[in-house]
Amino acid sequence: MNTEENNQSQIEQLKLSQSLNRRKFIFKSAQVAALSLGWGMLGKQKALATERKVSPEFLPDKSPLPAGKHPDLILLSDKPLNAETPPHLLDDAITPADKLFIRNNGLEPTNIDVKSWTLTIDGESVKKKTVFTLEDLKKKFKHYTYQLVHECAGNGRSEFSPAGRGNQWTTGGVGCCEWTGVRLRDVLEAAGIKDDAVYIGYYGKDTHLSGKPGEVPISRGVPMRKALEDEALIAWAMNGKDIPVVHGYPLRVLFGGWPASTSGKWLTRISIRNKVHDGAKMNGHDYRLPIHPIAPGAKIPEDNEHFRIIEAMPVKSLITYPKTGAQVIAGKPLEVRGHAWVGDLQVKEMHVSIDFGATWQKCSLKEPRNRNCWQHWTAQIDFPDKGYYEVWARATDSKDKMQPMLVPAWNPGGYLNNACHRIAVQII
Amino acid sequence: MKEINYQRLKPKLALFWAAALLITLSSVTTSHSREQELMPLNGSISRTETVKDSLDTKTGLVLAPGFAIISTTCVRCHSPKLITEKRATREGWLATIRWMQQTQGLWDLGKDEPVILDYLAKNYAPKNEGRRPLLKTPEWYKLNN
Repeated sequence: MNTEENNQSQIEQLKLSQSLNRRKFIFKSAQVAALSLGWGMLGKQKALATERKVSPEFLPDKSPLPAGKHPDLILLSDKPLNAETPPHLLDDAITPADKLFIRNNGLEPTNIDVKSWTLTIDGESVKKKTVFTLEDLKKKFKHYTYQLVHECAGNGRSEFSPAGRGNQWTTGGVGCCEWTGVRLRDVLEAAGIKDDAVYIGYYGKDTHLSGKPGEVPISRGVPMRKALEDEALIAWAMNGKDIPVVHGYPLRVLFGGWPASTSGKWLTRISIRNKVHDGAKMNGHDYRLPIHPIAPGAKIPEDNEHFRIIEAMPVKSLITYPKTGAQVIAGKPLEVRGHAWVGDLQVKEMHVSIDFGATWQKCSLKEPRNRNCWQHWTAQIDFPDKGYYEVWARATDSKDKMQPMLVPAWNPGGYLNNACHRIAVQII
Repeated sequence: MKEINYQRLKPKLALFWAAALLITLSSVTTSHSREQELMPLNGSISRTETVKDSLDTKTGLVLAPGFAIISTTCVRCHSPKLITEKRATREGWLATIRWMQQTQGLWDLGKDEPVILDYLAKNYAPKNEGRRPLLKTPEWYKLNN
């Protein structure tokens, strides 16, 4: 930011704080009165305070879920927009658009003009900076369709104690849609990749929450080995239709099985870097884990010596049927089902337990439709008696790693909680 | 929205608040918890109702000293849910403020900083839940199996 802009913003800041200070005084005094004068008075003071409190621009929108979204999505934050999906709404084999979680870091772009939309390939390690229009991408390259699981690295964060910074996701920051587009590899190769390339970084058209022009809300990326995989896509279609605006219309990049933060929306530029990408949220402990395990709440310096970038996501599963709270008739088996997934590997086995892990029953598990797609599992459970049960689900990956029953190692960002999912069931 | 003439109201309001302040000082000590502070003096309302009713309807934030500053400073850039959903110690909240200043364009909070930290540390303190909290009691429903 230059000095002039800086001064301007400081002046605005000052004006704002002066006008707010006056309101603050009035409101604070109103609160003191309210605290001391009993309930009826508090109501009156609250009404008075609400009227004077803050200008509407400081308050969140009234209906933050965009049109076309399932009303039962759980809103975690309205600015930036973040919403997760209850597990029973993820029962479809392919996640429908209305049920896919929303994770935004900044504000959605407005006035999207598809006709003038371009994708620029640049960076230190590009042979020739190249600009593609959407039509170029669609005409010049072969089209591919893959079903790709993508999961927020902070999915499950709410169970960490002490709490990690950011949205307190429970289980629903995950989905597996079908994406159509071109291979990132083909596009990068068309521009030319120099031998010294190590990483790619994406840029999108979303804007920073502060509203400052030029500030990037998020710009992450992946190492070349992931960027050059067959399933790494630049996509314009989700489940056979245009990508919804909230999910990145008209263009986004997708890396199945890796933190969904690498799958940038509203894609306008990909840089081929000769070093690890240093965009927004690539540093500090954003999307990073301590290299050596640390005690809950411990603090360590936020540098490369202490933190590593999260790459493939760990093995995980969800029970998508039935919804927690089912009361079922004794003596009949209960069908349970869901999905299991793991970063770049495959899920080998799936088990459920109704006795808190004392015994496990093997489930039937399908092969993935393609690499980086989730796998469906089912089981018939017989309950020995009436009463309260919990069904716990545990996936095992092709390298024999299982989901932990407890919340895994604490980390400052509250990432990668892949503890077993569980639901409550009553046999009546 | 109806404009209120603050200048005209000021003398009356000042008197009213002075009286209110006196009552507050004589009835609330600093060692009380938030629930106790907000407990009405007639004592006829249950604890749960008190806590529920002490939330600001627009932001969901606890109505306690510091609320006004929080509701204008923090909610200006991001959702109040990023406060209400999270819990941290005073040090933890300070670290979050520093992070926002270093990376998110938050300005120097000056005199407001300790007020904000007091509010957050008191009303959004950590809950120690161990390695796995209990499942929330679900809404039970009949399932035909």
